[in-house]
Amino acid sequence: MSEELRREIILDNYKNPYNKEIPNNNDYIKINSNSTSCIDNIDIYLKIEDNIIKDIKFEGEACVICISSTSILTNLLIGKTKKEGLEIIDNYYKMINEEEYDKDIIKELIVYKDIYKQPSRKKCATLSSVGIEKILNNVEK
Amino acid sequence: MNREDFLILKDNLVYFDNGATTLKPKVVRDSIIDYYDNYTANAHRGDYKNSAKVDEIYEETREKVKELINAKEVSEIVFTKGTTDSLNMIIFGYFKNILQKDDEVIITESEHASNILPWFILQKELGIKIKYIKLNDKFEVTIDNLKQVITNKTKVISIAQITNVVGDIRPIKEITKIAHDNNALVVVDAAQSIAHKKIDVIDMDIDFMAFSGHKMYGPTGIGVLYGKFDLLDKLTPLTYGGGMNAIFRKDGYLELMSIPTRLEAGTPNIEGVIGLGSAITYINNIEIDKIEEYEHNLRKYLLDQLQKLNFIEIYNANTNGTIIAFNIKGVFSQDTAIYLDKYNICVRAGNHCAKILNNVFNINNTCRISLSFYNTKKEIDLLINVLKNSENIWKEIL
Repeated sequence: MSEELRREIILDNYKNPYNKEIPNNNDYIKINSNSTSCIDNIDIYLKIEDNIIKDIKFEGEACVICISSTSILTNLLIGKTKKEGLEIIDNYYKMINEEEYDKDIIKELIVYKDIYKQPSRKKCATLSSVGIEKILNNVEK
Repeated sequence: MNREDFLILKDNLVYFDNGATTLKPKVVRDSIIDYYDNYTANAHRGDYKNSAKVDEIYEETREKVKELINAKEVSEIVFTKGTTDSLNMIIFGYFKNILQKDDEVIITESEHASNILPWFILQKELGIKIKYIKLNDKFEVTIDNLKQVITNKTKVISIAQITNVVGDIRPIKEITKIAHDNNALVVVDAAQSIAHKKIDVIDMDIDFMAFSGHKMYGPTGIGVLYGKFDLLDKLTPLTYGGGMNAIFRKDGYLELMSIPTRLEAGTPNIEGVIGLGSAITYINNIEIDKIEEYEHNLRKYLLDQLQKLNFIEIYNANTNGTIIAFNIKGVFSQDTAIYLDKYNICVRAGNHCAKILNNVFNINNTCRISLSFYNTKKEIDLLINVLKNSENIWKEIL
């Protein structure tokens, strides 16, 4: 992927993020994700039914990396099973930590593959995934 | 001014985060190394030469602090870990003992967390009430607005002399006058002012005051608690142990040392005190009035230049400190800070530990520039140039 395309994907998802709204009903599980080392602060809302991630929404104030990665990740996760969702997140972490990962699983999240070069931004790139992972690991149904 | 005293500036670092911590001049470093290399020993302990030298320099620093803030007596100066530690000692060691349910403490929304959270705890534990002075449209404390909230239940006014987000300077002398006429005490958080303005605790009639060494060119981990003798003498130690007791027996009998020793349990931060001492001498040599004048002019220059850029939003143009809070319109403050860092320009992004202030600015996060005397117009010109090119921000940081 060219640098330009990579940048464009990130910026598109920052300027016009997917799923950035507060849900208007109560079927969602809410988690707040914020970081002590940076100032990103977002609320994430998950709707899970029959083990399927039916919907995710988020709201908050955060940097370009945090907002864009949340937009891409939420889009990728909607419609997946809990297990598939956790697998995506796991592979995403592996990429960010410079370990072996499955490119086909993480799809557009590949745009953050060089984020390890800016250690301070790893937190921004994983802020929402950490919150979502927590919910996925804790939900029974 | 005096840039050559700071080794860290040799590679053209542009350090605009002096509100967080200041850089350290060579003399401060050298004084600490001297202690490590030539006379390491504990304080108040041995009868040998090095230990005596430690005692001498330790107490000499107390004298320097006393003169810096014009306290009446050296015993009014307590060494602490920093402003936060000092404020916690004042609030939990003194006010917790005297305040009662429904007593009122007055603060503002632009206080630092360390001058809000301990009061929150007392609110919970004792049922005291916290009242906020309404800030004017320049985010300042005015005497009129103070008079609006002060009542006969007000026991203490606890405020920063200069705030760390807005940078406004409070009229401490007038505030203490009103407080004392009302039988209330005044606690001053001087963390942001001590390195920028002359403070005279007698003239300003301050009851308690707190500040940190590392925001005045000294080391981290060392700070000062000042209290008028009669008040400080009633402050209960929060820490017990070595150095602060005079007598103790198996049956539990305990006699404590007098102040300030009573409030400095355990082996003190000796190198911190030594470093603080040389930082004070360093400031005195430059002269605080010259520092204030230089920084004032520099801030004016920065403000003038920033105001020429129509894509920059400035939140505190009309205040008088050394701080400017701003954003590039449409860019999250952290992204701006990361962009500036590409050019070796250090600014702080965030809410600056004043999380309830968004009620005032109507915005959660800003970039903050806080100046010091070693900053220059040339550095500001560089900043302005980099900001002018900020249409490239995404190319640069993504």
